[in-house]
Amino acid sequence: MKTFSTNGLKALKLAILAAPVMTIAGLASAQELKIGLSAELSAMDPHYHNVSPNNMLARHIYEPLVGQDEKQTLKPLLAESWKAIDDTTWEFKLRQGVKFHDGTPFTADDVIATMQRAPNVPKSPSSFSAYVRGKEFTKVDDFTVRVKTAAPAPLVPTDLSTFGIIPAKCKDTTTEDFNLGKCTTGGTGAYKQAEYVAGDRVVLTPNENYWGGKEPWSKVTFRMITSAPTRVAALLAGDLDVIENVPTSDVARLKGDAKLNVASTVSNRVIYFHMDHFREVSPFIKGKDGSEIKNPLLNLKVRQALSMAINRPGIVDRIMEKEAIPAGQLLPDGFFGTSKKLKPVAFDLNGAKKLLAEAGYPNGFKMKLHGPTNRYLNDTKIIEAVAQMFSRLGIETEVETLPSANFFTRASQGGQGNVPEFSFILVGWGAGTGESSDSLKALLATFDPAKGMGATNRGRYSNKTFDAKLVEALRTVDDAKRDAALAEAMEISMNDVGLIPTHYQLNTWASRKGVKVQARTDEYTLATGIRKE
Amino acid sequence: MLAFVLRRLAQALFVIAAMLVIVFFGVNVVGDPIYMLISPEMDQQQIAETARALGLDRPIWEQFLVFLKNAAQGDLGRSFVHGESAIKLILHRMPATLELAFVALVLAIVIGLPLGLYAGLKPESRLSRFIMAVSILGFSLPTFWVGLMLILTFAVSLGWLPATGRGPTVSILGFETSLLSLQGWKHVALPAFNLALLKISLVIRLARAGAREAALMDYVKFARAKGLSQSRIIGVHILKNIMIPIVTVLGLEFGSLVAFSVVTETIFAWPGIGRLLLEAITRLDRPVIVAYVMVVVVLFVTINLLVDLVYSALDPRVRLTEATS
Amino acid sequence: MSDTALPAAATTPPAAPAKEETPFRRFVRSFVEDRLALFGLALFLLIVLLAIAAPLIAPQNPYDLASVDVMDSRQPPGAVSGEGFTMWLGSDGVGRDLLSGILYGLRISLMVGAFSGILAATIGAAIGLIAAYNGGRTETIIMRLVDLQLSLPSVLVALILVAALGKGVDKIIIALVMVQWAYYARTVRGSALVERRKEYVEAAQSLGLSHARTVFRHILPNCLAPVIVIVTVQTAHAISLEATLSFLGVGLPQTEPSLGVLIANGFQYMLSGSYWISVFPGFALLMTIVSINLVGDRLRDVLNPRLEK
Repeated sequence: MKTFSTNGLKALKLAILAAPVMTIAGLASAQELKIGLSAELSAMDPHYHNVSPNNMLARHIYEPLVGQDEKQTLKPLLAESWKAIDDTTWEFKLRQGVKFHDGTPFTADDVIATMQRAPNVPKSPSSFSAYVRGKEFTKVDDFTVRVKTAAPAPLVPTDLSTFGIIPAKCKDTTTEDFNLGKCTTGGTGAYKQAEYVAGDRVVLTPNENYWGGKEPWSKVTFRMITSAPTRVAALLAGDLDVIENVPTSDVARLKGDAKLNVASTVSNRVIYFHMDHFREVSPFIKGKDGSEIKNPLLNLKVRQALSMAINRPGIVDRIMEKEAIPAGQLLPDGFFGTSKKLKPVAFDLNGAKKLLAEAGYPNGFKMKLHGPTNRYLNDTKIIEAVAQMFSRLGIETEVETLPSANFFTRASQGGQGNVPEFSFILVGWGAGTGESSDSLKALLATFDPAKGMGATNRGRYSNKTFDAKLVEALRTVDDAKRDAALAEAMEISMNDVGLIPTHYQLNTWASRKGVKVQARTDEYTLATGIRKE
Repeated sequence: MLAFVLRRLAQALFVIAAMLVIVFFGVNVVGDPIYMLISPEMDQQQIAETARALGLDRPIWEQFLVFLKNAAQGDLGRSFVHGESAIKLILHRMPATLELAFVALVLAIVIGLPLGLYAGLKPESRLSRFIMAVSILGFSLPTFWVGLMLILTFAVSLGWLPATGRGPTVSILGFETSLLSLQGWKHVALPAFNLALLKISLVIRLARAGAREAALMDYVKFARAKGLSQSRIIGVHILKNIMIPIVTVLGLEFGSLVAFSVVTETIFAWPGIGRLLLEAITRLDRPVIVAYVMVVVVLFVTINLLVDLVYSALDPRVRLTEATS
Repeated sequence: MSDTALPAAATTPPAAPAKEETPFRRFVRSFVEDRLALFGLALFLLIVLLAIAAPLIAPQNPYDLASVDVMDSRQPPGAVSGEGFTMWLGSDGVGRDLLSGILYGLRISLMVGAFSGILAATIGAAIGLIAAYNGGRTETIIMRLVDLQLSLPSVLVALILVAALGKGVDKIIIALVMVQWAYYARTVRGSALVERRKEYVEAAQSLGLSHARTVFRHILPNCLAPVIVIVTVQTAHAISLEATLSFLGVGLPQTEPSLGVLIANGFQYMLSGSYWISVFPGFALLMTIVSINLVGDRLRDVLNPRLEK
């Protein structure tokens, strides 16, 4: 916006001329790419807020040491290579000849400066401190950095793939100044920040001297359009070239449109039900007559029965409109740390009824399910459908959905003594790191604030065998061994029904013909992955 | 006159205070903003750190006192989400909303006035009955529903107008506007019409009622008897007399246009304060909600005051004292 | 509005036959003169009847999760459900029969509108009477409050209240009452002031009748006409407001949907071709509001003698 203000009169003339020139302008700006995002980012400071929309946009401008490809496999980026020298030391070799946007060369000093800034941004609503905490960074020479940790830390490269490197010069630049584009040195990325209007749009221009080669777009505009039907309409009306997060209900129509391309891939996000594992009497479970009963969810057979009563293909087919895959663990097959033995639990109503009877509940019980609204794709519908399925099992099921703001507070600490309030909830989890250790650690490890375990374990599931296996995996630096240990931990928790996964979402993009989007598992929409056909 | 203005300002302070308390404590009851801010991967230690950094670990009344202390020094707080001054965020996006509301207001007059005049002067004609029936429809149609229909028809099916967003802006005398380019008008057309719909019906009704009453007045009858042309009677005598109530009501309605833009901006992805408010509500960004309430109340009070002043200028019979009977 | 409280047809010329007509009859006769309003009234009564009879006529109880099957989702109008009944208006995204959903949704929408209207009218009228009857400081304070309330747009106040109160039928009713009471307070006070100066009130007071008796037996009944007009207008407004808030995601919960929630749910299917999920509830909402407004419009004309020819 500011660029126009310097010369209002000229802009006025341009505006008057704009009408007849429109068609020509349309052709000339063919190089321009307009993308519709589904969520608003909160700042242009790459270290201010650790959430997907921010991280995704920052990736265009400030590159991390380690990259993640479209399947979230680690790949060299600003670090050309890395290796563990011993159990507690990692060494990163930096790429040489890389320059920031203004031509300043990139060196180890910038890495050290970034590591000082990233965890300490004032008033950060969600900081990167967890990825930097407990690591000591030292510069060996201009292009070598060593990371020392107290305990074996196999995830150091993964941690360092989450945030971008800023130039040492911008170490003290405030978030507000980043928003205004005052870090003029810029990053090392393929695009430069041109304009940012909070809550509305971000405009990027290509970095002509990018070390990875030139980008095909003369300008990239990201517009934030949170209302899904509006986003689709904007694509159909030709306002946008690409949209992310296509609502499942529209995928079929867009696929059938000859003027559009649709790209999709399985997501790292699993939708699951968490349940009360820690109370003898659960607040939202009652006997059929309304009396207080012992928490049936403590019984493995009940949990198995509930899982078996869920018609996963039905949900995928009817509610997700085939834009999902039935889930049997926390990450889709093929991701690091997943089990090859675990399959989605097959729908078997009679089997489930039998199990329920064996557990001592032949007539079922009453239960209330809780879930958020407008947080996950079709969240309310999924929970209503599952409630329907439980009703057929003989469990009198009620559903209450709450706005996210209210739901997550209560689901995390709404009960007496700041414990999770609900008995049975629908939630989702995206594995930002692309492997299963984070998921297992956060969702299923025994709740222990001191150790940072089970932070999002809203069912307070606790299983000693599982905990031991997980801790072992988290300390194994060897990739193959860690993969196996994580898979084993996954099997223990899934066979014990620590939670009930239902499906993995698909991430779907739609674009006009002539533009091709590379679908990514991490839900990121990267201009660097969008090419002309 | 001065006493009148001062009293209005005192009232405004009272509303702001009342709304402030409701919002501040209400938002706290709905949920803890921390869960809307943090990345789900964060552990307990980080959650605690973040709460401390944002001051959310303190009891709510303490947070309120801190807020009052800062507010007394002119600092209304920083957005939890954006980390920027909440007031600045709002003022930055205000021009877009004002522009939309202004165009809607003009549309309401341009479309509503002629229709209403016609219906008032020829109350028995078929067309008049039709206009009145349509105006009832206009009152009844839910804004959000019409918005979607407009997008479907004019943007998706016909492809005449863009579905979303605002055109390129230029700064004139420090005020950002998109109304100086054709592109800007194309963008504003659908949302402004959507927003104007209710007000069009309102203007039709006001104009019709005014015209009906005016037509019975002696001076109009006299003018007719004198043989003045119909267009002159309407243009000079009737219009002049019905404009006062219309201007007054529309002035007051400008505030409601700004408020209703929450709906329109959401549907048309218009980058104004309405969308900002809704986003702040879903994310429990309390400083932004609080700042929005303050800014908007001040805006309304100013508008009401201006309308009163203009009204008294237009009609010398009105005196600026607030009669209590 | 304060001067509109005169009995309905006081100034109508005595065109009626010699037979004595009660004011109510005159009012009815005058109302039915307008065919459009009559149509509105008939439509409204039909809608209310449908809403009341919903459990009897709806093919399905859309809130009973055991009877709703996700396998029936997004069926077009006329499709046959898994349980064998025809879904004349199709089904929504979770397999709810849309006709049943609309009938039950009408109940909720009408209930929210009626409850908030009645509560707001009662509270507002009481406050207005207190102001008019007490005068002095009380009146000044109350009327200042009313002015303030009316200077803020209802959608904004409701939005902020609901944001602060949370979701739920009870909360939405509270929010709607809080944005509506001021209209009644202002109108009732205006009418009451006029009534108070009339001879019969002075006579009643000089006879030593209690204040309460004077207010309820004499003043209140004479303020009813304008209140009735506002009740109709505001009820329509409340229903529309509830739908808007629900659409914005801060209104009613989705599991027991009102018309607004049904429309909002269908919104995401508009572009995919399943138009019926949003169009039919939208039509039902429109008809409800139009019918109430048609009635309200005529009432205003009939009860406002100044516009009588």
